[in-house]
Amino acid sequence: MVEMSRENLFNAAIAGLLLALPLGAWALGESYYISVASRVAILALAGVGLNLALGFGGMVSFGHAAFFGLGGYAAGVLSHHAFEGSAFLNWPLTIDGSDSTLTLWFAALLVSGLVAAVIGAISLRTSGVYFIMITLAFAQMIFYLAVSLPTYGGEDGLPLYLRSSLPGLDLSDDLTFFFVCYGLLLLAIFLSLRLVGSRFGAALQCARQNETRLSAIGIAPYPVKLTAFVFSAMITGLAGALFVELNGFVSPSILSWHLSGEIMIFVILGGVGRFYGPIVGAALFIVLETVIGGYTERWQLFLGVILLGVVLFARGGVIGLLAGKARHD
Amino acid sequence: MSAAFIFEQLLNSLQLGVMLFVMAAGLTLVFGVMGLINLAHGSLYMVGAFFCAWVAGETGSFWVGLGAGLVAAAAAGAMVEMLVMRRLYDRDHLDQVLATFSLILIFNEGTRWVFGAQPLYLDIPSALATSVPLPGGGGYPLYRLVIIAFGIATAAGLYLLISRTRLGMQIRAGESDREMIGALGVDINTLYTLVFAIGAMLAGLAGALVGALQSVEVGMGEPVLILAFVVIVIGGIGSIKGALIGAILVGLVDTLGRAFLHKLFALALPPAEANGYGAALASMAIYLLMATVLAWRPKGLFPVNG
Repeated sequence: MVEMSRENLFNAAIAGLLLALPLGAWALGESYYISVASRVAILALAGVGLNLALGFGGMVSFGHAAFFGLGGYAAGVLSHHAFEGSAFLNWPLTIDGSDSTLTLWFAALLVSGLVAAVIGAISLRTSGVYFIMITLAFAQMIFYLAVSLPTYGGEDGLPLYLRSSLPGLDLSDDLTFFFVCYGLLLLAIFLSLRLVGSRFGAALQCARQNETRLSAIGIAPYPVKLTAFVFSAMITGLAGALFVELNGFVSPSILSWHLSGEIMIFVILGGVGRFYGPIVGAALFIVLETVIGGYTERWQLFLGVILLGVVLFARGGVIGLLAGKARHD
Repeated sequence: MSAAFIFEQLLNSLQLGVMLFVMAAGLTLVFGVMGLINLAHGSLYMVGAFFCAWVAGETGSFWVGLGAGLVAAAAAGAMVEMLVMRRLYDRDHLDQVLATFSLILIFNEGTRWVFGAQPLYLDIPSALATSVPLPGGGGYPLYRLVIIAFGIATAAGLYLLISRTRLGMQIRAGESDREMIGALGVDINTLYTLVFAIGAMLAGLAGALVGALQSVEVGMGEPVLILAFVVIVIGGIGSIKGALIGAILVGLVDTLGRAFLHKLFALALPPAEANGYGAALASMAIYLLMATVLAWRPKGLFPVNG
């Protein structure tokens, strides 16, 4: 990895910048920008999750909002029950609500991982365009489930009145919350680095490039891809839990297919298969939204034009543009 | 539950099914010939509906509006093909998804810019605003029957176009070997633009016809787009026959699920819960259908090229 020093330098700069923004905002007393930075970190985390499936495993999932939303709902629903003092489930075993952050995160990881195992097991039987559309359709299925079940607010969503508590930290403090998100983001990037660098990661990348060869050397591609898909969904699910905590609100909009598209944009804008790409992508997206949104309410039009330009003319994303040639494929 | 109610629901299923077919046929044609996955197909549906509603409002004639909607959608399709899609044919599906997703953003915001944020309303032509008596009592809106007729005519027209005309021959040839038909002297760029415009026109037709049943608003194409995806995934991407069967299946499952599932649940549960679970399951039913079909046949019911 040493020969890629230009990209490494760039990565360090990105990570530093994301850290500097909220610190500066805190020093100036602009708490709004701290929560903007938290949003960037959380959305980037969702992108890091997708990047594992999309960038390294070649699985173009157009349904990652499902995992983001499930993580969010898992955390939100437990927190809602904790506020109400009721139990989520009484039979066959009792599951009470909870306001412990770690429990909420665990629930988000568990739910998104389990559902990803089911969705992945069916979807990975297919490939190419079929895979794109199936993941999209499964995400829609979960979206409509959330919309039509009245117990947790249905279409209107559910406000959460309870801040979860992490031992030793006060998450209701904006800056502390940012550091937690930022820490998890770096941890997720570090874990992806280790995973991709491992024997498993080699098999995964080989599955992207040539499944037949992978089978020929005695490794079945299906379990490798499914495992990566589940890990990918869990990281995105955790991001969903953080997002709900940040907003104090959970609604079906975090399951919508627009969000799936946006998470994909974070990955591609930054550069597919670049470890720090999602941070650049998410940051750029939020900056464009904030800056153009400040001038005109038609910011989506300009965002669309810029995105189209990136896809058509800047292959390899922003990091590819700034840090040199695209990776070999 | 009377026979008339069941018959009405079956007609509703058919109406949804044929409209989904008109939508899905364009999508699957474009994929079959150019290998392109086009998320902006729903935007062309929206363009058709908006131009139809606008022109019908100005001229007072639904049919003039319908013509305008078709022309506008086809023109928008041809323009998009020449400006954007052409650069995407030899890219991977990921780039296509992202580029066409960007197009959705552009189309949505552009439409809001041109037509304003308020939804438009499109009236059913007065000659069709009556209902036809159903066997067993009750009536059925004539307009919906006309939609069904339009859908069936489109299916027949597409069949004739593809199997009997010179253009259809070139389309079929383009599906199996695009270099070869280029070598045989067919102008491939024009063919692609034409195919894309036909697909766009079909989407515009669906949008304009359905626009009279609901409000014409920004983003109206997106739920339909996803249903059309489900249809072509079930039918086998690239297969028009598959799109037809898939569309009818999805129409049936979706409409009947919404009409009858909650009654089925009511046999075992109290009414409020039965309604809740019935609605939830009904909205998921087509996706469950899709998952079942794919678990059984990963390339859809009528796979193209093996």
